[in-house]
Amino acid sequence: MTGDIYTFKILRYDSSVPEKRPEFQLYRIRVIPGLTVLTVLNRIRDEIDGTLAFRASCRSAVCGSCAMVVNGKIDLACRTQVASFDTREIILEPLPNLEIIKDLVVDMTPFWNMYEKIRPYLVRNSADPEKEIYQSEGDRKRIDQFVNCILCACCYGACPVLSRNPDYAGPAALAKLERFISDSRDERPMKELEAVNNDKGVWGCDTMLRCIDACPKDVRPTDSIVSLRKKLIKYKLLGKGNK
Amino acid sequence: MLKHDVLIVGGGLAGLRAAVGLCDRYNVGLISKVHPIRSHSIAAQGGINAALANNPDAKDDTPDKHTFDTVKGSDYLADQHAAEIMCYEAPKIVYEMEHWGCPFSRFPDGTIAQRPFGGAGYPRTCYSADITGHVLLNTLFERSVARGLHIYPEFVVAQLVVKDGECYGVVAIDQIKGEIVAISARATLFATGGYGRTYYYSTNALTNTGSGIGIAYKAGVPLKDMEFVQFHPTSIIGTNILMTEGARGEGGYLVNKNGERFMECYAPKAMELAPRDIVSRSITTEIEEGRGFESELGKYVHLDLRHLGREKILERLPGIRNICLDFLGIDPVLEPIPIMPAQHYSMGGIDTNEKSETVIKGFYAAGECACVSVHGANRLGGNSLLETIVFGKLGAIAIDNYLQAINSEPDAKAIEQATNDVEAKIRKLGNSNGEKSFRILDELRKTMSAYVGIFRIKQELETALNKIIELEGRAKNVSITSSNLFMNYELIGAIELEYMLDICHIITLGAFLREESRGAHSRRDFPQRNDTDWLKHTMATIREDGKPEISYKDVVITKYQPMERKY
Ligand SMILES: Cc1cc2nc3c(=O)[nH]c(=O)nc-3n(C[C@H](O)[C@H](O)[C@H](O)COP(=O)(O)OP(=O)(O)OC[C@H]3O[C@@H](n4cnc5c(N)ncnc54)[C@H](O)[C@@H]3O)c2cc1C
Repeated sequence: MTGDIYTFKILRYDSSVPEKRPEFQLYRIRVIPGLTVLTVLNRIRDEIDGTLAFRASCRSAVCGSCAMVVNGKIDLACRTQVASFDTREIILEPLPNLEIIKDLVVDMTPFWNMYEKIRPYLVRNSADPEKEIYQSEGDRKRIDQFVNCILCACCYGACPVLSRNPDYAGPAALAKLERFISDSRDERPMKELEAVNNDKGVWGCDTMLRCIDACPKDVRPTDSIVSLRKKLIKYKLLGKGNK
Repeated sequence: MLKHDVLIVGGGLAGLRAAVGLCDRYNVGLISKVHPIRSHSIAAQGGINAALANNPDAKDDTPDKHTFDTVKGSDYLADQHAAEIMCYEAPKIVYEMEHWGCPFSRFPDGTIAQRPFGGAGYPRTCYSADITGHVLLNTLFERSVARGLHIYPEFVVAQLVVKDGECYGVVAIDQIKGEIVAISARATLFATGGYGRTYYYSTNALTNTGSGIGIAYKAGVPLKDMEFVQFHPTSIIGTNILMTEGARGEGGYLVNKNGERFMECYAPKAMELAPRDIVSRSITTEIEEGRGFESELGKYVHLDLRHLGREKILERLPGIRNICLDFLGIDPVLEPIPIMPAQHYSMGGIDTNEKSETVIKGFYAAGECACVSVHGANRLGGNSLLETIVFGKLGAIAIDNYLQAINSEPDAKAIEQATNDVEAKIRKLGNSNGEKSFRILDELRKTMSAYVGIFRIKQELETALNKIIELEGRAKNVSITSSNLFMNYELIGAIELEYMLDICHIITLGAFLREESRGAHSRRDFPQRNDTDWLKHTMATIREDGKPEISYKDVVITKYQPMERKY
């Protein structure tokens, strides 16, 4: 047998038994080179402990199911190579800033609530044309970064503001707002920005840039927040503002 | 018990499109094993076909030409009236998705960009870089938020409620509450996706178990053409993550160990853009004849993108590049990509018609879990995303008509009976002390990849069938660590195993009986297509004793007489 023996330390907690405090459980497992954290998690659940809970689906870093903390770093388990750490001990913890449901599974409800609040869809008043609404290559490119967001909540877990103010909209929701506001086809009134013109919105951000570090898809939520702030200032000063 | 007018099972493209089409007028509930945004549709890369004629090289493209390509690609097993409906709907649904905000890539004139794809006479695949599934699924999910759709995430269906040919809803497990929940509905639509994970080597998400197809089958709904399983030519070795056909659409080469673009020998005109069945067989032949590379992770050939240049790769295939960096440690700008064919798509599925109806009243199916059939023996790249949205939409229209015409109330007794069945099943799992389900599943998958793969032959299919029957026996004693219903993934796996065994049984039996080669079903012992005896759909229905009954159904041929399929 090739490969090294690793110790996986996984934080276990069961919210249906709240009196039992979260604690680490140790699993020793042989890992051949090239295996991802998710592959090992699957093997642990199959072969060692059927009660272990974690989410997973695409296993290719596009569905956003398996965000967690791996040796202190927030990332998707599916794209994290076990061998990328220079230690044989891998510590897995659930995403911060969200309640644990079981083990590595967190309750994403607050995340989705923030997402829904910003009206995350194209808003149009004009009648739709018969064919496509034209959009230049440049206008399409402008939203590219924010279109790439996979809603995995890595940024939500990393955000220092959310850890003290759960009412803050958070990086992903604001990035989504920017994705729509700066879409050349979107016609929402600029006054909608008022909803985020406060500490729960764009002014809540500390610009610590933790969200940028945590994003597995190279999205820069802070850019969206800065851009929304500029739009707001312009709108406030001139009573209008272009997109 | 929960109650809805309409219940949609599955939050991928097909399910969301159906739900969005109905939730303004009816009390609709959508339940899904994973949050809709995590559905497998998110992973689609290359694009969606529609004859928009936006590409300067495709100004005379039409839905009729799209239909012809689809029928020819299907090796004439598609029902032609259904393929035609799909291809005529295609421009409408692509424009609709665009109006709903889908950020397609654009041509310089501001129209939706279109790229060439395999088996298509024109560049008609609309795309958004290499994340087309991601943008389509986000757009439909956004629409469902805008319309206030009621979603139940992390509910897993365990059984369909059918009595005397009528469907009354489902029994599901609410993983987060840890409860068995009956959900009654006047109309139920399954959009539960494909059965890729019944194979060991698959490009599909871990959640693509095909359980919805097995659940429908167990409830008496016939399955169609299950032996037609698509193998995608280009998945990276090791994880089998997909490298989109768009990589070849953009000009990528397939190269063997002698540095030859070997597609020259198999499809001299279409080359790398021949349909998938042909390219997968060509790669397998190259490897079998010793012209592939070897590594610990398996035998492979190269997908070479280097000549496209950094700029084009970064612009059109950024996701592909990231996958290579993350999962292979290779930069395709500088190095060729080691690829092998892997299971990719389920042509077969729940038998439906062009309205997404099944033979059961009030039960519908759409998307990859259904078989209309528009793909016949081989699906063209870019036609599956299209199918999900078109038949999600048409299913919603059919349900609307049905609900307006019929006023039946769900049968409370049938629902109670099904709930008791599920409870009993889970109790039994908790009380047995047999094997773990993953052991059986592992053997099942290896059997399917080894003996029911790209090339098939009688003896191997027999071996597979015997193995599956053995595994079915062992599966009766599967045990689980705990029968607690709360967040118990092991329990879900054990429940799904039974359905996966059914699916594999039918795939293998269908393949064993079909003594010809057509599309993705390639028999070494019967290498020719045989239209005299086999131009027909395979139908599988469960008998009283639980064994499958196989029968056949005519293919609908309207305009296009079967011809030899050359590329
Ligand atoms: C990597 C990859 C790339 C692809 N690229 C393309 C492409 O470029 N173009 C193209 O046309 N096609 C492509 N395809 C195919 C296409 O993506 C799929 O066929 C299509 O997305 C399937 O959509 P669906 O809505 O039918 O099912 P899915 O998106 O698979 O959704 C199934 C849903 O059903 C739910 N579900 C399943 N079982 C149960 C259950 N028992 N209880 C409750 N819920 C359940 C799941 O939670 C999920 O929400 C690709 C496929 C793969 C694997």
